Amino acid sequence: MRPLNVNIEGIIEESPSTRTFVFDHCFEAAEPGQFVMVWARGVDEVPMGLSSRNSITVQKVGEATSKLFELKIGDSFGLRGPYGHGFTLPSPGEKVLIVAGGVGVAPLAPYAEACQASGAEVRTILGARSASELVFKERFSEAGLLDITTDDGTEGTKGFVTMILEGLDASEYGKIAVCGPEPMMAAVFNVLKGKGEVERAEFSLHRYFKCAIGVCGACCLDPYGLRVCKDGPVFSGEQLLDSEFGKYTRDASGRRVKI
Amino acid sequence: MYSLTGLELKNPTILAAGVLGTTGASLRRVALEGGAGAVVSKSIGPEPKKGHPNPSMIKLDCGFLNAMGLPNPSYSEFKGELEIARTAAAVPVVASIFGGSAEEFAEVAEGLLPGKPDAFELNVSCPHAEGYGAAVGSNPCLVEAITARVKEVSDLPVWVKLTPNVSDITAIGKAAEAGGADAVVAINTVKGMAIDIESGYPILGNRSGGLSGPAVKPVAVKCVYDLYAALEVPVIGVGGVSTWEDAVEMIMAGASAVQVGSAVYERLDVFSEISAGIETFLGRKGYGDVKDIIGLAHERV
Repeated sequence: MRPLNVNIEGIIEESPSTRTFVFDHCFEAAEPGQFVMVWARGVDEVPMGLSSRNSITVQKVGEATSKLFELKIGDSFGLRGPYGHGFTLPSPGEKVLIVAGGVGVAPLAPYAEACQASGAEVRTILGARSASELVFKERFSEAGLLDITTDDGTEGTKGFVTMILEGLDASEYGKIAVCGPEPMMAAVFNVLKGKGEVERAEFSLHRYFKCAIGVCGACCLDPYGLRVCKDGPVFSGEQLLDSEFGKYTRDASGRRVKI
Repeated sequence: MYSLTGLELKNPTILAAGVLGTTGASLRRVALEGGAGAVVSKSIGPEPKKGHPNPSMIKLDCGFLNAMGLPNPSYSEFKGELEIARTAAAVPVVASIFGGSAEEFAEVAEGLLPGKPDAFELNVSCPHAEGYGAAVGSNPCLVEAITARVKEVSDLPVWVKLTPNVSDITAIGKAAEAGGADAVVAINTVKGMAIDIESGYPILGNRSGGLSGPAVKPVAVKCVYDLYAALEVPVIGVGGVSTWEDAVEMIMAGASAVQVGSAVYERLDVFSEISAGIETFLGRKGYGDVKDIIGLAHERV
């Protein structure tokens, strides 16, 4: 598809470095965890999880996101998608554990809401560096139980999401959904592995994308060559066992870079 | 087994360069799970290259438009990926290479030899990389010199991939043959462009790029047809092949084998599907072998 032209209808300051851009196109059929390619015209195009059917939530980290931060209500940008596979929805009555870190909240907030709507019982562990960086606290608490951790202890438990996770009986949860910076996800992966529950947990991965439609091969994971853009971006823990996940990624040229 | 330029292919379908070929694991997956008879890597050059900014590929109604910009980790980093591909792929692994001069091509080829590629494919045809690809591949003298230089540094079969963005592709094909090419591969993408009318911006980060997919198949069939008539060496057909019917058409135009690229968008096992379809067709029509229909259209006058 050619990029859709979307107009910005609202901009919400979520944290000092994170904004939600609400746009005038609704991806009715999007599954939580699917992503869109966001085109900051004249600069670059980058993948982002949808934070709702008509919004993206962006952390200012590079050229493309800086360009987006210059945009105002009424301005437009390009969007392709939604692409890839999202998180698996629970059955009614099933218990769901969500582990979200930093801007990894973007695809997990709509997932929490979809789980609640389907009659599941939701518990979220939300982590950030400090209180001001906690995003979507209200959305998660409205969807179910919420535990908060901050690295500096300015809100909730001081430390990492894994501190709460270690104290939980993970076997109670039919679905476990994880998204956040890769070192955080790798730590969650290891805790769940220790509990013997990692195979069915789901992790949303980030890799450098070029085509975003499963053709070019820039985002393939070792050792099985799974494409993050098309076979993912959400993978089961089983698919990630003994993989590059948590160890290395690749830059735009294809060179390995340590996580 | 299917013999081509001394390589033993599992079947006559080959993964085209630039598609799912950045890592060894990905190449292996296309061979094992996709059923490709051989695989060609992403084009590898002398230095790491990030490629063009995104968008670098979009799907159009008629095909795909891309301008990747030859992203690659350089030969010194890629030889390890070649080894990974070769250890388990169980099919020939062809290294696609590029450079700005005959010397650079030779440097990359020699640098990849420790990774034990089964053959080299010379990219003298990428339409959107300044100083590389078609910039050298539209000059017959350069194509001959590059081919000859790579033949000098290794004994491996050398395929030369040609650009259709020239007035006479057979002149370039003859130059490759004169340089000692073991086969030519036709075609690389056709120059193209798309513009976002809401903003006026060209969509690709590089502004323009190359068209592949169904739209270019008739262009590829004609190029293969002309090259088959003009050359002694085998022609490998590529451009818009996504079904066994496309493959048979390309073979009847004169292709000894077909490469498949963009069509992996639909399904990875497109290779198994095409090769099974070719077999069924040959059986139904009473042909003994693929070789019986190579260039068949040239006999129908």
